[in-house]
Amino acid sequence: MPDLDAKPALAPGYRFQWEPVQGCHVLLYPEGMVQLNETAAAILSFCDGQRNILRVIADLENEYAAEGLREDVLSFLAEAVERGWVRYA
Amino acid sequence: MPKPPPPLWLLAEVTHSCPLQCPYCSNPLDLIPKKDELDTENWLRVLHEARQIGAAQLGFSGGEPLVRKDLEVLIGASRKLGFYSNLITSGIGMDAERVERFRALGLDHIQVSFQADDAVLNDYLAGTNSFQHKLDMARAVKANGYPMVLCFVIHRQNIGQVRQMLDLAAELQADYVELATAQYEGWALLNRDHLLPTQAQVREAERIAHDYQAKLKGKMRIYYVVPDYYENRPKPCVGGWGRVFLAVAPDGLALPCHSARGLPGLELHNVRERSIEWIWNESPGFNHFRGEGWMKEPCRTCDEREKDFGGCHCQAFKLTGDPTNADPTCAKSPHHHLVEKAIDTSELGLVPAKPMVFRQRNKRLEVKG
Repeated sequence: MPDLDAKPALAPGYRFQWEPVQGCHVLLYPEGMVQLNETAAAILSFCDGQRNILRVIADLENEYAAEGLREDVLSFLAEAVERGWVRYA
Repeated sequence: MPKPPPPLWLLAEVTHSCPLQCPYCSNPLDLIPKKDELDTENWLRVLHEARQIGAAQLGFSGGEPLVRKDLEVLIGASRKLGFYSNLITSGIGMDAERVERFRALGLDHIQVSFQADDAVLNDYLAGTNSFQHKLDMARAVKANGYPMVLCFVIHRQNIGQVRQMLDLAAELQADYVELATAQYEGWALLNRDHLLPTQAQVREAERIAHDYQAKLKGKMRIYYVVPDYYENRPKPCVGGWGRVFLAVAPDGLALPCHSARGLPGLELHNVRERSIEWIWNESPGFNHFRGEGWMKEPCRTCDEREKDFGGCHCQAFKLTGDPTNADPTCAKSPHHHLVEKAIDTSELGLVPAKPMVFRQRNKRLEVKG
């Protein structure tokens, strides 16, 4: 369980962008690409190295007028860190 | 036939020129001369058209792409178009200043290749004194905020030093290390008897790679793929013909696989004459091995045909004379003995009858049978 004050950011060399032809957000990295579902894309778009995890959760809940996103965000971040997409600033 | 999925990968082989002479080079023996290369304007159009139909990953490769004086122009354009651009290089032809310039222009990633972990073997295989400069460039890449991605092409001449290669990578604080198997095409195929490792060497390298993967987890990512010759099943070559990968050769020939030039019965087109969109979606060359209509036995009824798509057609052609045969690296192929024989030659440690041929610099080789 990460410190909720840690600030998630894309790992160096990773780029997050919208791909019109594929109709989805993707994560691009050295010689590779993953297509992201909407939830993953929404979370990653807030991983800017400025906001801490609590703030990411709050901003997502605010943006999508939703509640209880905490577990979704934490489990996604755990996986994203494991895969090397995200690091804590 | 339904419209094919978009190409995700554009490999821009901007030149076949290279200051190195590696005998494992997978470029064709018949290297494209500089005078036949696409000009800047045509490359810019290729980038634009490929991006429009969905290509997202872009590799600048060759030869040595740094030889192209317009590489900066192409990199700058790629970034503006939204490509994730990869420079696949020996490091020869750039200095710290050029790396910095690439960074400013928006290049995303530089992969520096090494021939070995020590100067003597590295420089012997490369045919030039390049080791020290490679070390400097690996450091310059990292100093510019890039992930450090190192590539070692593995073959019999260096496979015994995989541990030392990984130690060197760790010492340089590499982020990714690719232990890439030599692709037995072009010069590498010509030199195969000098390059193919033994089964025991392959398994030992695998063991060491796994050992380091565990040891350096979270610090350095290590990619090691067991060569198809030893796997009894082919690789899904280029992710499947005309499914994700589009290569453009230095002279503008668009290729579904970078070794596909010269496959019999294959009608390929040049980007000087046709649009990338037409080539990808409509051209006979890209449709040639799409789907399963081309398949013969054992592929046609194989329950793994959707996994590997029959393997590599170029390899099937080079080894069996017919690109519609199953890739002979597959144990189900009636030609599998050809691969087993090549491995046996390496197991027996026979001294190859012909000397190893180093890639010729900027000239074509007269190939005699």
